[in-house]
Amino acid sequence: MRYIPHSTSDVERMLETTGVASVADLFASIPESLRETAGLALPDGLGEQEVVARLEALARRNRVLGTFQGAGSYNHFVPSVVHQVLSRSELATAYTPYQPEVSQGTLQICFEFQTYISILMGLDVANASMYDGASALAEAVLMSLRIGRKRSRILISDGVHPEYAAVVETYLDGFGRGVIERIPLGPDGRTDLGKLEKMMDGDVACVCLGYPNFFGVIEDLAAASAIAAKHKAIAVSATSEMLALALLKSPGDCGVDIAVAEGQSLGLPMSYGGPGVGLFATKREHVRQMPGRLVGETVDDEGRRGYVLTLATREQHIRREKATSNICTNQGLAAVAATVFLGLAGRRGLRALAAVNANRAEEVASRLESEAGLRRVFSGPVFNEFVVDEPGGDWFADAVEHGVVPGVRLGEMFPDRPEMAGRLLVTVTECNTTDQIDTLVRSLAARRAA
Amino acid sequence: MSLTERKPELEAPIFEKSGVGRVGYHPSAAADACEPRLDASLLRDDLDGFPELSEPEVLRHYTRLSSLNFSAVTNFYPLGSCTMKYNPIVNDRMASLPGFCGIHPYAPTETVQGALELIRDLEHWLAEISGLGAVSLQPAAGAQGELTGIKIIRRWHLAQGNARSKILIPESAHGTNPASAALSGYDAVVIPTDERGLMSADSVKALLDDEVAALMVTNPSTLGLFEVEIAEIAKAVHDAGALVYMDGANMNALMGKAKPGDMGADILQFNLHKTFSTPHGGGGPGAGPVAVRRDLEKYLPGPRIAEKASAAEKQGLLYWDADRPDSVGKVRSFYGNFGILVRAYTYMLACGGDGLTEITEKAVLAANYIRAGLVGRYHLPYDTASLHEVVFTDKVQNAHGIKTLDIAKRLLDYGFHAPTIYFPLVVAGAIMIEPTESESVETLDAFIDAMLRIADEAENDPQRLHDAPETTPLARLDETRAARHPVLTWKRASEDIDDERDSQSAQPEKGA
Repeated sequence: MRYIPHSTSDVERMLETTGVASVADLFASIPESLRETAGLALPDGLGEQEVVARLEALARRNRVLGTFQGAGSYNHFVPSVVHQVLSRSELATAYTPYQPEVSQGTLQICFEFQTYISILMGLDVANASMYDGASALAEAVLMSLRIGRKRSRILISDGVHPEYAAVVETYLDGFGRGVIERIPLGPDGRTDLGKLEKMMDGDVACVCLGYPNFFGVIEDLAAASAIAAKHKAIAVSATSEMLALALLKSPGDCGVDIAVAEGQSLGLPMSYGGPGVGLFATKREHVRQMPGRLVGETVDDEGRRGYVLTLATREQHIRREKATSNICTNQGLAAVAATVFLGLAGRRGLRALAAVNANRAEEVASRLESEAGLRRVFSGPVFNEFVVDEPGGDWFADAVEHGVVPGVRLGEMFPDRPEMAGRLLVTVTECNTTDQIDTLVRSLAARRAA
Repeated sequence: MSLTERKPELEAPIFEKSGVGRVGYHPSAAADACEPRLDASLLRDDLDGFPELSEPEVLRHYTRLSSLNFSAVTNFYPLGSCTMKYNPIVNDRMASLPGFCGIHPYAPTETVQGALELIRDLEHWLAEISGLGAVSLQPAAGAQGELTGIKIIRRWHLAQGNARSKILIPESAHGTNPASAALSGYDAVVIPTDERGLMSADSVKALLDDEVAALMVTNPSTLGLFEVEIAEIAKAVHDAGALVYMDGANMNALMGKAKPGDMGADILQFNLHKTFSTPHGGGGPGAGPVAVRRDLEKYLPGPRIAEKASAAEKQGLLYWDADRPDSVGKVRSFYGNFGILVRAYTYMLACGGDGLTEITEKAVLAANYIRAGLVGRYHLPYDTASLHEVVFTDKVQNAHGIKTLDIAKRLLDYGFHAPTIYFPLVVAGAIMIEPTESESVETLDAFIDAMLRIADEAENDPQRLHDAPETTPLARLDETRAARHPVLTWKRASEDIDDERDSQSAQPEKGA
């Protein structure tokens, strides 16, 4: 086995030193009745060349298509420098930085990451990452229940990503407190704030909105946060397209208490939905209720600036059953990707990239209206995705045959919401070529003509 | 104290390096400004605080930062319970194939059959290793796998009529175990460790009653010891109407040697970033697949992979079955950390069943080799036979005023990452060493030699250990200060969130 350095003579020497007669005897502590004798029923091992051939063959059975799908996973370009930094074994094969003297690379990158996320979210502190946007929202809801000790109502907008809402539900199961109620959307695709206002009382622990929401619409987050604040409930925003926050008013400026997001858009490929990186930010006053690792600045014994894991008394390895979360492993290297991406794009590039996304989405939306007669379903402002009514027929499969996935079919996504049948969520990024856009518009326009 | 010369040199935060008007990635070659056609009332002013740097500057910054790290490639990294084995380079290359990293999670399933096949096969392989019937790859990490397992336990008990209220967890368990139990409303009840370092059937039986929902056991335990009474314990747990959850963090000790399913485990999570060689990434991402007994499959997170059975519907086509009424629900978005799954799949394909068995054998051999090399000079709290890791303590060195922390820091000077320290909590001053199968006998010898020299230094030159590390980029860091006056972002003045607010803390902490 090429991954193992021990030759037969090495093994003999090691056994001799160990004072054990054979390798089999090393397992003598396993009761005989439990010992496996048949061997594992797995395929035989392969040489690297064969492994590569097998994986390449599998990969070829996946068609890499032009895509207008977003809905929580976005096709953005990843600059080569991001790939290069991730390939540094010093970062990829280090563990959680428990020995700070030999982990300053990881620690400082976490610190820079926390700084970027804090700026984008407009909140005081951000942690060193969560698993993904969905579980980050679940953790935000649990945190709101810790802050509002006696409160139990969890209000989640119908505009929150359905998978995020589903994960919140899973996390709450058995938690003992927390009942989810959904806030409907108005005709503009924004959360109906009039209805929210009527739902509010002193038992509401948190109010959660998507920003932009699942249908691409930019919510009036400031107004929603103000309603939550009036009842001392925690306002939470959940962002699945993090690039939007390069342009939009930050959640913190809109008055939210906890902002969570999926950061995959920042330098990570779609990779069939993972790994991405969960983002979590809040106000200073709530930091001790936060889940996840935090890196802080300090000095060494000789006065030099350095970084360490800090405020660990919130975490499971110290507090065990009293911890703020059970999270241990996070998405470290994915956070490195985001940090490098944000450093590369920087102050100017990130805004320009976000603007290109917003403007192209607007162009595609107007072409779909003028050339295919498809009007946007929701009138609210959008960033880079929007909903249109599908024409009938087999047009979707036809478009896929022409190499373009036109979007996410909301009827399939929401089998229980009849109003979603026949609707399509279209996402446009800088990666969609003019050809792909033409194909999309043509396939929809042709259907109209037919 | 004099300012020691230390290498490599530190790197200022990127925010202090910013120029004006530079950019390292921009959607247009000319880096033209681009204004969004969005209502101004929706927009933020600026990304105040973001740096402006060119591509080479950013690359140098992060490359230099990387050189400040120890890592499994550059250094022996014997962190107990973390399984810091070799992460084959081909794994990363395969995960970055466009056919894997360029596909969207909602892509029509007929266009991503390769991905679905990989997921299905990986599920089957992990089921075989665990001796259990079905696997979900959705959980993002071990702790999320545990949480999923606890939710399944709860659902199963509810189906029997009562969720029950307690979960038994040995003293030596990872902190994630009680934290995961508590998150689902269960009280964690501690099982004491006996003089062998093990959990005895009697101590478990004494705690069993009709409020116990499950036993959560790590086998081998975090002490690196096989729980020899596990079969009897599992039977007692089942007789009490409860389930056995096994934390599979230490599967590197068992592959091809014993199956958790045979031991009586009903549910188990794997840590692909431990046993199956996916890189730890400085903290993640990992993957925490959950394996369950066949009759518990209906509770696994959805959607599940299924195969079209009828000829009318493209027979053999794999698809996602979302119709899972008994499922605990989703624990994360989409299907898990797919890129990590590709890496683990690649690893298993390269190793095969025999290779994985050999990996377990060599990992256990290496741990016992280190144990033989250090026993006598370091205190071994339990004489019981070790599997993949061995736990020593600082008891001998305490006589010279030396603690585990000093030993750990001095090891850094010898070019070795420290073992896991002060864990498991059941052993005072624990030094937990897990060498894995990846290290040559020469490396193991050099490590043993360094540990013996440190034992000598503890007797002859204890101050050197108190001053360690000497050669790292930084000396010991002031963790108390970091926690008392948290500075969690760059250039944010005073991040004082201490419980005892004081006037001094209103001052900015920056500028050291």
